[in-house]
Amino acid sequence: MLKPIFEYTKGMLRVETNFCPGCTHGISHRLITETLDEMGKLGEAIGCGPIGCAVMAHKFMNVDMCECAHGRAPAVASGVKRVHPDNLVFTYQGDGDLASIGTAEIIHAAARGECFSTFFVNNAIYGMTGGQMAPTTLPGQRSTTSQTGRDTGKSGFPIRVCELLSTLDGAVYVERVALNSPAGVAKAKKAVRRAFDVQEKKLGFSFVEFVSACPTNWGLSPVAAVDFIKEKMLPYYPPGVFKSPQ
Amino acid sequence: MARFLVRIDENACKGCELCRNFCPKKLITVSAHINDKGYSPAEISREEECIGCMSCALMCPDGAISIYEEVSE
Repeated sequence: MLKPIFEYTKGMLRVETNFCPGCTHGISHRLITETLDEMGKLGEAIGCGPIGCAVMAHKFMNVDMCECAHGRAPAVASGVKRVHPDNLVFTYQGDGDLASIGTAEIIHAAARGECFSTFFVNNAIYGMTGGQMAPTTLPGQRSTTSQTGRDTGKSGFPIRVCELLSTLDGAVYVERVALNSPAGVAKAKKAVRRAFDVQEKKLGFSFVEFVSACPTNWGLSPVAAVDFIKEKMLPYYPPGVFKSPQ
Repeated sequence: MARFLVRIDENACKGCELCRNFCPKKLITVSAHINDKGYSPAEISREEECIGCMSCALMCPDGAISIYEEVSE
C-alpha cells in the first residue's frame, strides 16, 4: 500500500503558473495555501492580491481573492477584515508593491494594528516589469535601471521592511524567512502558521517576509539564484523573528 | 528499511533543477527528452535509495513532485 508523505496541496489549483522556472513564488504560494488547508480554512480565507509577478495569484490559489491596485492590498485587506472579522484575511505582496508604491498603506495598516496577515515576497528587484531597481535592491546589485550596480549615493539604501514594521506597536508578529533551502522552506511554513494563529487570536497585525529568488532578472540560473540569496541577500536581510506576541 | 516512491509530474516540471540541487543522495537527474512546455524535466534515478527527506518536494516551485511510502497492509 502507498502512503502519501508529500502531495501537492489542494489549496493550489492544478493550473500552470506564469512564473519562470525556479521562481520561488511557487513555493510561497504553496506554503500559504497548504497552511490554510491544514487549518481547514481554505473555504473561509480571503486573499488580497498584488500587482507584480503574483498578480495572477487568484488563478492559482484555491481561496477567494480580490485583486488590489498597486500597493493598496493592505488598505483593501483592512476593509475586508473589518467587514468579515471572523475570516482569515491575508495580503500577498512583492517588494515593488509593498515597499515602494504601497509603503504608506503597509505602514499605516501595521500602525493601526489591523488584524490581517501580510506575506511579503522580497526578491530585491521588480520582476514583472523587467528587472528595474526596487527599494530592496542591494547596494551594488545590477538591474535594468542600475546597470553598473545600485549606487547608494544616488539611489539611497535598501529598505529593511521587517525592522521598520517591528518598531510599530500595532504589528505583533514580524518574521523574516528565506526560501533558499529545504530547511528554510520548512521554517517559512512554521512562520506562515504562526502568522495565521496570531490573526485567529485577533492579536493584531502579522507579517512574514520571504527572502526569495528572481533567477530571470538577476540573470542567474535557479540554482545560482538560491546561492545568491544565501551569500548576498541574507547578510543584508537577516532571517529571524523580530517581534512575537508574549 | 522503508521504501519511498517519488512521482514527478513531468508536464508540471519547468526544469529548474532545484530538486536535483537539493537531493542529499543526488538521485534526481535531468531527462534527455523535452516535455510539453519545452523544458527538460527532472526524473528520478535509483529510486530505491530514496530516504524520503522531501527536500525535492519542498523546493519544487511547481508542485510537480509527490512522495509516497510503501507500507505493508
